[in-house]
Amino acid sequence: MNVIANLRARQSSTSLVTVLLLAAMLLLGGARYDGFLSLQVMLNLLIDNAFLLVIAIGMGFVILSGGIDLSVGAVLALATMISAWLLQVAHWPAPLVLAAVLLLGAGFGGAMGALIHCFRLQPFIVTLAGMFLARGLCYLISIESITIDDPLFMALSQLQLPFLGGFISLGALIALAMLAFAVWLAHYSAFGRAVYAIGGNEGSAALMGLPVGRTKILVYAFSGACAALAGVLFSLYMLSGYGLHALGMELDAIAAVVIGGTLLTGGYGFILGALSGVLVLGTIQTLIAFDGTLSSWWTRIVIGALLFVFCVVQRLMGVKTR
Amino acid sequence: MIVREQPRDVDARAARQKAHRARIASALGHPLFRPVAALAALLLIDLLLIPGFFRLEVKDGHLYGSLVDIVNRAAPLMLAAIGMTLVIATRGIDISVGAVVALSGTVAAMLVTDSTALPLALVAALGAALACGLWNGILVACLGLQPIVATLTLMVAGRGVAQLLADGQIVTVYHAPYFYLGSGYLAGLPFSLFVVAAVGGITALLLRHTALGLFIQAVGINPVASRLAGIRTTALVLFVYVFAALCAGMAGLMISSNVKSADANNAGLMLELDAILAVTLGGTSLAGGRFTLAGSMIGALIIQTLTYTIYSLGVPPEVNMVVKAIVVFLVCISQSEQFGITRKGGAAA
Repeated sequence: MNVIANLRARQSSTSLVTVLLLAAMLLLGGARYDGFLSLQVMLNLLIDNAFLLVIAIGMGFVILSGGIDLSVGAVLALATMISAWLLQVAHWPAPLVLAAVLLLGAGFGGAMGALIHCFRLQPFIVTLAGMFLARGLCYLISIESITIDDPLFMALSQLQLPFLGGFISLGALIALAMLAFAVWLAHYSAFGRAVYAIGGNEGSAALMGLPVGRTKILVYAFSGACAALAGVLFSLYMLSGYGLHALGMELDAIAAVVIGGTLLTGGYGFILGALSGVLVLGTIQTLIAFDGTLSSWWTRIVIGALLFVFCVVQRLMGVKTR
Repeated sequence: MIVREQPRDVDARAARQKAHRARIASALGHPLFRPVAALAALLLIDLLLIPGFFRLEVKDGHLYGSLVDIVNRAAPLMLAAIGMTLVIATRGIDISVGAVVALSGTVAAMLVTDSTALPLALVAALGAALACGLWNGILVACLGLQPIVATLTLMVAGRGVAQLLADGQIVTVYHAPYFYLGSGYLAGLPFSLFVVAAVGGITALLLRHTALGLFIQAVGINPVASRLAGIRTTALVLFVYVFAALCAGMAGLMISSNVKSADANNAGLMLELDAILAVTLGGTSLAGGRFTLAGSMIGALIIQTLTYTIYSLGVPPEVNMVVKAIVVFLVCISQSEQFGITRKGGAAA
């Protein structure tokens, strides 16, 4: 029992550090800049990063299972491209487009998962190829960006839901709903337990009789579906489909997951950490935007440095407890 | 009329046939067979479809032609692939190659525009690359971080640092001697070719004629066992990352010298992926241990030839990425043990 209690304490401590960091950054911003701590700025953090949150949720599952998915940014772009093309050129009704895009994303992820599992390939290289494939397919559809003017999409994208005196976008709401679902999936379902077990040790998970193959394929399918959903949110946000959308977003998603306290070796961490990770990244960007004198490349440097600190701290903690 | 053969003749012929078959089998089984065959197939397509593909002509004492162009453009990728091969051979991966390319190019271009002596600027750029390599190496070898994570931090931050140095601007170079590295000619051939040959040759010599190759292979096959056997794994892994970063740094100099400017944002974008692809295509196992330097260089040539072919056939260049992706999938599947098992099982059944 004691061991389990210790483990619990340790698991929440890495995530707690992130929450403290987030609070410190927000307070710093509030102290230095007027109007930083207003409700709408906080809500905008969610609105502007809704798609990143959705992607990070999917990435969280993949990393918990001990893998990595580098194709998410490209799948997001492909989803924006396909939905724009289906709406503007093929004139499909919007609900059908949404269903088709989500299914395609899940199928794309599932196919990569099947390759990884059946041929025992490294997730890294398979999803890398998936990234090339998805970006290439974007350009096959169109090199130019396609503007979306479907009435339903326009209406949804301009929807502002009142929330405690401020407003929140539909995308942010969907992202939060997705997060709630993912937390249930990870911590209260058999699937989630299998993901943690596989990330901890795939061999023993198989010996315990857990469906390793099915779970791994489903994890990548889930990540693909998340990326496609993020693509839909992104096309709502930008009202266009473009092959260069979300370039390098897979790195942001990985950074968010790691900063959220999930170990990249798998089997350790919280899905909820994705939210704090995404908010930290968003706050860095907001701080830099509020400052006005710092240039955009500072975002990269700070994210890289944070990533470094978290990885090293996690590593040192891992050494100590072993 | 039936000619009866003497038993001895039959024996001799059977033996000859057997030896012949063995030779073919060993050639087919040679690690370089697949990459060379792929390159040959690509060149054959070019021969059939692109008129004048193999034509070489001498203009102003320089050799011109598609082949020269391909080799010249593949030079930075070949350099990056040489470094990546050693990293992958130790079961590692270095995804910061593109960031190092951007950083070293920016450092050199800025120093040259600041009228620093050219050799000093080049040394400083390579020094920046060396520092990047040390950073990666220390994280992987001393702190024991996963290679992909360790190099990810530099991949994210490195470009940011390069942009910080250049203040977000594209640095344009007007110092003519700087262009020699990327677009100069020596004895009628592009100078970059000599750089690649020198780096490749020195690396091959080090691997073949010192114990380095053996050690790298040992670490790739089993890091723990090789440490117990007395190999200084930490120093070796550190060296491998420093070496890869130096190769990337040289590639960065070559790229920036070729385009006469340094773009911190876009120089070497996705080069790490192409380098990994080149190494995989060359027949190096991503699981570590089994590596071939020549294969990686051929892999880089395959990628560049493929790009060239796609461009000159008038196929939209966007197809390039789809083709690359499909090639990676096929190569990975054919490399995997599972594929071998099912194939052998199928043959036996």
